[in-house]
Amino acid sequence: MALSGFFLMFFLVQHLTINTLSVFSEEMFNEVSHFMGTNPLVQFLLQPVLIFAVVFHFVMGMFLEYRNNKARDVSYAYNKPAANSSWMSRNMIISGLTVLAFLVLHFIDFWIPEISTKYVVGDMTGKLADGSFRYYHELHEKFVSPARVVAYVVAFVFLALHLIHGFQSSFQSVGFRKSNNKLLLSRLSYLFAILVPAGFIFVAVFHYVSHNHL
Amino acid sequence: MNLNLKIWRQKSKKDKGKIVDYPIANVSEHMSFLEMLDVLNEELVSKGEEPVAFDHDCREGIFGMCSLYINGEAHGPDRGVTTCQLHMRKFKDGDTIFIEPFRATALPVIKDLIVDRSSMDRIQQAGGFVSVNTSGNTQDANAIPIPKENADLAFDAATCIGCGACIATCKNSSAMLYVSAKVSQFSLLPQGQVEAKDRVINMVNKMDEEGFGNCTNTGACEVECPKGISLDNISRMNREFLSANFGLKK
Ligand code: HEM
Ligand code: SF4
Ligand code: FES
Repeated sequence: MALSGFFLMFFLVQHLTINTLSVFSEEMFNEVSHFMGTNPLVQFLLQPVLIFAVVFHFVMGMFLEYRNNKARDVSYAYNKPAANSSWMSRNMIISGLTVLAFLVLHFIDFWIPEISTKYVVGDMTGKLADGSFRYYHELHEKFVSPARVVAYVVAFVFLALHLIHGFQSSFQSVGFRKSNNKLLLSRLSYLFAILVPAGFIFVAVFHYVSHNHL
Repeated sequence: MNLNLKIWRQKSKKDKGKIVDYPIANVSEHMSFLEMLDVLNEELVSKGEEPVAFDHDCREGIFGMCSLYINGEAHGPDRGVTTCQLHMRKFKDGDTIFIEPFRATALPVIKDLIVDRSSMDRIQQAGGFVSVNTSGNTQDANAIPIPKENADLAFDAATCIGCGACIATCKNSSAMLYVSAKVSQFSLLPQGQVEAKDRVINMVNKMDEEGFGNCTNTGACEVECPKGISLDNISRMNREFLSANFGLKK
């Protein structure tokens, strides 16, 4: 869980960096997207590794949940879990499944059209009919719909909840956390878990607002 | 004070069991929780009813025999104490108090509030020892220099009394805090380091085999542990387990 978690967190930072480019420069975003979309190393090494990591992470997560539920056959008549642990730490499966539901939407939005344009239709140019790059245009058009923007915002709030626990938890899982760095890791956890999803939300809202008002 | 107790009654391992209401009057705030149950049991016996079975031994927080889940928390609402050290002044007149056994598939109920904790002993037997020749030529432990820091950490880990509150409290019924304390108390000392690798692998495997859940680092165990065993022990055990399995440097 921790290793795939680390990998996914690293991926989030990379993804956010590119998304953020779309706010500042249409041109740069197009260049980088084209590179990521057509570079064989990214497409045929990193992308399969990423897909494997996501599948591994949620399959193992659900298996973990199943085994842990089985480890208590009779539940307490009265239990007070909030007295000793955070909501985030106890509900990783809920925040995780919300993120998974979002990933399905995200795949339908971007990944499936991308794969079909490139590998089914066979158009590797990354250009529209008028000769300009299509990536920025595709991204921008997606965020016309307020429903989609709301779905993105909700998903990223759950991702933040997932990461507030997940970030520090993964350091404990690999044996890195100790009393003397615990507080630091907890603060970094909040910092990472709030800033990164907030960045994604910002990009989505930016494109929505720029449609309507700019 | 007057209280309304809601106690788990279960005749045997096979019985389904249920919560039964027991109102109790004139409870002194100076009583310990177990003394309050003693009074209840005397009343039950005098009425010809079956007394409530619960575990206890030293009644001073050192053997870890007592084991109740009181109002949704292992060893009750107080911190750093066992059930026998919990006082009735932590409750108010008119309170309803749920009293349940520690729950985990690996800790089955024997009767009422008594659970079978032998699965914990079996983990200990899988590696929680140092194999030494005790035929009379054993080296004096005090002759071996040990850094003060490690001696203290090992001592802290060794204060685990094996009560099982960490397991009862954990949403995953994981025994990680208990096992990591037992692993650390040896691996931090030179005498224990010889067998450290086999110990951590054998004890972790035994823990899984016994049907305890897997740790997801919620930290509930550390909060409820009567001896304040630190999560650092779990981190240390994860480190040892990884390096024992993958040959990484410690
Ligand atoms: C971009 C998406 C995601 C990221 C960055 C992420 C990150 C993490 C991290 C860092 C951990 C902690 C690992 C550890 O302590 O060993 C974790 C745990 C977990 N994740 Fe995810 N995750 C993501 C998506 C998902 C999804 C889609 C699911 C679907 C079920 C999921 C379910 C879980 C579960 C059940 C745990 C274990 C609970 C725990 O260890 O506390 N995650 N995740
Ligand atoms: S770690 Fe604490 S709660 Fe767990 S068995 Fe030891 S003393 Fe009890
Ligand atoms: S009876 Fe000995 S620790 Fe409570």
